[in-house]
Amino acid sequence: MKVLRDLFRDYRFTISFIVLVFIAIMAFLSFFSPYDPTLWNVVPRDMKPAAEYVLGTDSNGQDIFWQATFAVRNSLIISLISGLVSRVIAILVGMIAGYKGGNVDRVLMFIGDSLLVIPLFLIFVMLAMMLREVMNLVTLGLMLALFGWAWDARLIRSMVLSLRERDFTTTAILSGTGTLKLVLKEYMPFTMPLIFSTLINNMSWAIGLEITLAIIGLANLNIPTLGTMLNWALFYQSILLGRWWWILTPVVLSLLMFIALYWLSVSISEYLDPRTRIQRVGA
Amino acid sequence: MTFVKRYLIPRLIQYFLVIWLGITVVFFIPRLTPNDPVMKMIDQMRARGSTLEPGAMDDIIEDLTQMYGLEGSWGEQYVDFWARLVQGDFGVSFFQFPARVNDLIAVALPWTLGLLLTATAISWTIGNITGGLAGYYTRKRWSKALDAVAMVIRPLPYYVFAFILLLLFAYVVRWFPITGGASLGAIPTFSWDYIKDVLWHSFLPGLSLVVLGGAVNFQIMKLLVQNVNAESYVQYAKLGGVTEDRIVGKYIIRNAMLPQITGLALSLGQIFSGALITEIVFGYPGLGMLLFRAIANGDYNLIMGITILSIVGITTAILILDLTYPLFDPRVRYT
Repeated sequence: MKVLRDLFRDYRFTISFIVLVFIAIMAFLSFFSPYDPTLWNVVPRDMKPAAEYVLGTDSNGQDIFWQATFAVRNSLIISLISGLVSRVIAILVGMIAGYKGGNVDRVLMFIGDSLLVIPLFLIFVMLAMMLREVMNLVTLGLMLALFGWAWDARLIRSMVLSLRERDFTTTAILSGTGTLKLVLKEYMPFTMPLIFSTLINNMSWAIGLEITLAIIGLANLNIPTLGTMLNWALFYQSILLGRWWWILTPVVLSLLMFIALYWLSVSISEYLDPRTRIQRVGA
Repeated sequence: MTFVKRYLIPRLIQYFLVIWLGITVVFFIPRLTPNDPVMKMIDQMRARGSTLEPGAMDDIIEDLTQMYGLEGSWGEQYVDFWARLVQGDFGVSFFQFPARVNDLIAVALPWTLGLLLTATAISWTIGNITGGLAGYYTRKRWSKALDAVAMVIRPLPYYVFAFILLLLFAYVVRWFPITGGASLGAIPTFSWDYIKDVLWHSFLPGLSLVVLGGAVNFQIMKLLVQNVNAESYVQYAKLGGVTEDRIVGKYIIRNAMLPQITGLALSLGQIFSGALITEIVFGYPGLGMLLFRAIANGDYNLIMGITILSIVGITTAILILDLTYPLFDPRVRYT
């Protein structure tokens, strides 16, 4: 509780927390949507925002507000799949490489470093082109997860490397603690904050990539996400035709999401780093 | 000699291993999926309405298979693929047939290089200078203001920022052109008129890259300087009466710069994959635009060519950085 109170002292944490709660509510609302998001022409086209259609309607004859609730939910699902699965990979690789050392470490880090060096975006483009038929929320999330763990594994590894040198490691080993138990019970708590902040960064990376892939037309356009909403709005020239309510909805939502996730991760990592914490409290 | 044996050779082996691994991945991804580019091409020809006799069809399939380097087993294709790569030949473009990938890239590359090298250099310089000053004078009001601005700009999705710039300066006030790398019909010469035209066209895409890249550099540099500033040797120098200019220039900036030099090398390497979204939004005729069209057409060879170039570019940038690092940081010595 005290941790939370300290965190809320940072205006960035408070703002991003409120925004994320708002976005979560919006995603939750999608379960009560009166329309099926995959159907077209369920409402009159190109209506301006009004009482009946809060955010107006688009040229496909869909209600923008309810469409946006699905978009937010689906983008969150992609980013959560990507974030959580890649966390599992990063933790496994980082802990094994850091704890085992030697050749295991060298091989794992070589694979990780190669992933860092290879232009991932182009690989995603190729994969997305080839897998377009089977592309959905889960496969996209998994695809991002498979490639998005390298840097975080490196961070965890270097943390484990330093933990391994501490006295309590020797004590635990001498008193007969197994490797698995040592790593899970003793090391995990230390790495938890790091894992959490990298999770947030990975999520916003995943949302951004989804949007980029959708803009260049490499997503399944029947699944509403922030990216596909933008793609449709651009496809129908909503800027030139003055349908600002259509293009602005995904733009504003993604802006809010990116800024909130970024501020959340910055405020948490500043809180975790005592040096900057002292600066902030002392200032 | 010990340098060569203990450092250079293992490092070079690693360099070639990474390139080999990356290119092998690029080679196998299309082959692991059910799509057949030759049949796709035939389908396209049919969709355009051309009718073919069965015999002619077989000939075309055979020709295309050979042309695309899809003959024989995967093993044979792989050997063939490397034989061509080593000669620097990326094959033919599937959809801008019979243009060679090399030629297409050669036309687009100067545009991207020009735009991105300039933008990267400017944003790196501005970001580091302002970030360094803001990190040293943390308590000043302008430092806090700059930090707040960077806090908002940093997470902005790039395409949104680029769209806003384009809308404001090309639609609302028409100061800059909406699209293109130079005026239509302008002949590339070394005249001032042509250079001015190119600069005018590349201003908005450049600005978008400089602002967003600058914000990142600003934040990192500010943090680095803050951390170095808190080191005890800086405190000691202050107490010892070393002049402030000397502390900032020789003690703080010098140490804080090191990670930023790594960052510069990495971003220079990234140039080869082009600024895809920049070029799409601003209709700039570089590698990104080429890539975009290749994606739209499913032009696999072209995408592979750009990807391979990009892999080699980044790994080489990092290799050069690693080998020259002792020049920047005298503490690192390869003995």
